[in-house]
Amino acid sequence: MSKRTVELALATPGVDAEGWPARVPLTAPRGGGEEQEPPPDLTGEHLLVNIGPQHPATHGVLRLVVELDGETVVRCIPHLGYLHSGFEKLGEYRHYNQIIPLTDRTDYLSPMANNVGMAMAAEKLMGIEITPRCTVLRLIACEMSRIISHMVWLGTTSIDLGAFTPFLWAFQERERIYDLQEMWTGARLTTSLTRVGGLMADIPDRFVERLRHFTRTFPKTLAEIDRVLTRNAVWAGRTQGVGVLTGAEAINYSLSGPMLRASGVPYDLRKDKPYLGYETYDFEVPVGEHGDVYDRYLVRLEECHQANRILEQALDRLPDGPINVDDPRVILPSKTRAMSDMEAMIFHFKQVMEGVKAPVGEAYVGIENPKGELGNYFVSDGTAKPVRWRIRPPSFINLSALPKMAEGHLLSDLIAINASVDIVMGEVDR
Amino acid sequence: METARDGEPVVYVARDRLLEIMTWLKDTPGQQYDYLVDVTAVEFRDRERPLEVVYFLRSLTHRADVRIKVELQSSDELAVDSVWGLWHGADWLEREVYDMFGITFRGHPDLRRILMWETYAEGYPLRKSFPLRGRFSRSEQVRQALNANPEAHYSMEELSIADAGGDLPDDMRERLRRGERGTVPNSE
Amino acid sequence: MKRVGATKEVSGQSPNFLLSKFQNLVDWAVNSSRANSLWPMPFGTACCAIEFMATAASRFDFARFGMERQAFSPRQADVLICAGRLPFKLAPVIRRIFDQMPQPKWVISMGACASTGGIFDNYAMVQGIDTIVPVDVYVPGCPPRPEGLLYGVLLLHKKIKGESLFDAVPRRDEQPLDDKGLRLPPETIDEISEPFGNSVHQFRSA
Repeated sequence: MSKRTVELALATPGVDAEGWPARVPLTAPRGGGEEQEPPPDLTGEHLLVNIGPQHPATHGVLRLVVELDGETVVRCIPHLGYLHSGFEKLGEYRHYNQIIPLTDRTDYLSPMANNVGMAMAAEKLMGIEITPRCTVLRLIACEMSRIISHMVWLGTTSIDLGAFTPFLWAFQERERIYDLQEMWTGARLTTSLTRVGGLMADIPDRFVERLRHFTRTFPKTLAEIDRVLTRNAVWAGRTQGVGVLTGAEAINYSLSGPMLRASGVPYDLRKDKPYLGYETYDFEVPVGEHGDVYDRYLVRLEECHQANRILEQALDRLPDGPINVDDPRVILPSKTRAMSDMEAMIFHFKQVMEGVKAPVGEAYVGIENPKGELGNYFVSDGTAKPVRWRIRPPSFINLSALPKMAEGHLLSDLIAINASVDIVMGEVDR
Repeated sequence: METARDGEPVVYVARDRLLEIMTWLKDTPGQQYDYLVDVTAVEFRDRERPLEVVYFLRSLTHRADVRIKVELQSSDELAVDSVWGLWHGADWLEREVYDMFGITFRGHPDLRRILMWETYAEGYPLRKSFPLRGRFSRSEQVRQALNANPEAHYSMEELSIADAGGDLPDDMRERLRRGERGTVPNSE
Repeated sequence: MKRVGATKEVSGQSPNFLLSKFQNLVDWAVNSSRANSLWPMPFGTACCAIEFMATAASRFDFARFGMERQAFSPRQADVLICAGRLPFKLAPVIRRIFDQMPQPKWVISMGACASTGGIFDNYAMVQGIDTIVPVDVYVPGCPPRPEGLLYGVLLLHKKIKGESLFDAVPRRDEQPLDDKGLRLPPETIDEISEPFGNSVHQFRSA
């Protein structure tokens, strides 16, 4: 070992005889009895770190300005707006059916659930009742979206905390649902599934059997992920006790979805304000206890199991019948009829050129999005374009609790907490 | 006044009694609207109609929803009391209403723009008088965007100024509100 | 006897056979190494970022093209893949990240929103990142399928293999912003941001 030629001014307490820096013991001070006080000019200065909009672990373009005392977070200030796309403004210039493709792009991890939520709000405004088959199909779409959203969450959170393999497993499951989505709507991600009064298309021939095959094999992947993560010492050590939010605080911060339930508040819109016939299905809602990141992980994992269960039941009871409401003022007539029948052609023309007119009034419908309560609020003045379209964004409101959760934790815990909030910036910023 | 639209109760409240009524709604044992679902504002195309600030409240224990609306005439000052003290969830929701509509919330701890950048000069996007593509030409928007400082609010001095808040002298607050940043040491 | 043929002056750049063969060899080596291990800087914003992640995952795997090592620090990246829509608030950020990348660098604009603004023809959206950074490959789609992105990457490979270190005009120069802070003259930006097609008629609210 050649002699070191560089004069080393190390902060560590010295080098040994061969020139290697001596390891600092964690407990007892070196040299017997000397007090290891930090030099006075090292204490008391807080550091500002910018976890900037472009960052692999911020789940999109979120900017966190973090004030650190050593490695401990004193204050965390999120800055948003880096994906603000003016959805609500655009909604005022589009017909109701033209808004549906916009809803895909807000929460792009669970697009079909967004489509369903918005169509439900428009139908409530117009006073339309959808058909039984459409109800069950929309429920299937919502639960599929729940699974893919939680798979992204699982994959990206485990990558953030250092585990790369569950990401690949989760995305493989997503690919299988993507195949189903593509069979049904033609698009993997931006589905635009619903229309006001019904759906864009009925499910194709082999959809039911392929979805059933998925529900049979999906629990195996979940069991594998469970085996790798749940009792893993590293995972539990990094997520237990981190980012705790009590139930009362969660309610006060208007959290919703798995964030709220992990803090012990047993509120789920599917059970408490049921829609799409959820009250007739047999499923459980997991509720956590401690409100930390580990509980959120357990809640979401269990929700995947329950979503699988609901899918099986829904597939069993899928009724036959039309998917669209039989109202020619709302639903486009079929092409053959529009080309041959004068009245159908007029209806077609009016709907395409002027759009479906909604009565004067307003309507708000909240559904249980995988992220939380997704609400769509329409205000109409009698024309085909809404006066105001408001999306009640679950991720935006869940994220507002981040500064509170992060205080006092370490920087690496901040990454875990940020991951556990399950944000999708398209919805946060709209 | 109570009116039911699409099955949900809507209550119109006068602006100056808002905080009192909200507190009553939250604290009275019979009401207990402990969950704030949403805060938003609506501007109608008909310019005669006033701006409405809409609060969606929910009682988890009683399983009830209510919508509270405050009407702001366009001739009035666009300001409402903040309900942040009652529900912390209103924090960012009110900031967004301020950003999109220009309605200030009195008593809000940190009323800054949240979705647009802080020195955004084109106005308040969701107002009906604001055109869809913005007021400036595209090249001007690109120029303003590229010249905006993405590291604003990123120095200890600015953080402590933000904390000082109301204790600052008025002219300094005015300059900061207009976006002048003075000599902040460039850390590059 | 007359002396035949004064010698002609030959410039040092004259392509004689061996020199051009050598240049081709060097170009081939350099371009292949650059093309076959492009480290992407995933500037993922919205839905296209999810398709980008799907391309990175096991089914469509762009590790086969040497792009497995995603460089999250721009200092270590070759190609900036802007996946997703770019609002004006994010514009200075992408410009700064582009400036921080060392040469040689390329930009892939993935998706309709990054290429032209997509369905968002409004106050908040940059109408195409080419108003801000110079783009090499545009990948259309909303979002483009992973196969589409891979095709875009292959097109970029083709472009890279067509470059040469010995060009008279250096192609790998920095293109800084001008004194007003713009990359293109304002008229050009306005022209390329013009609406096209349907959106022309959809700006009326009532």
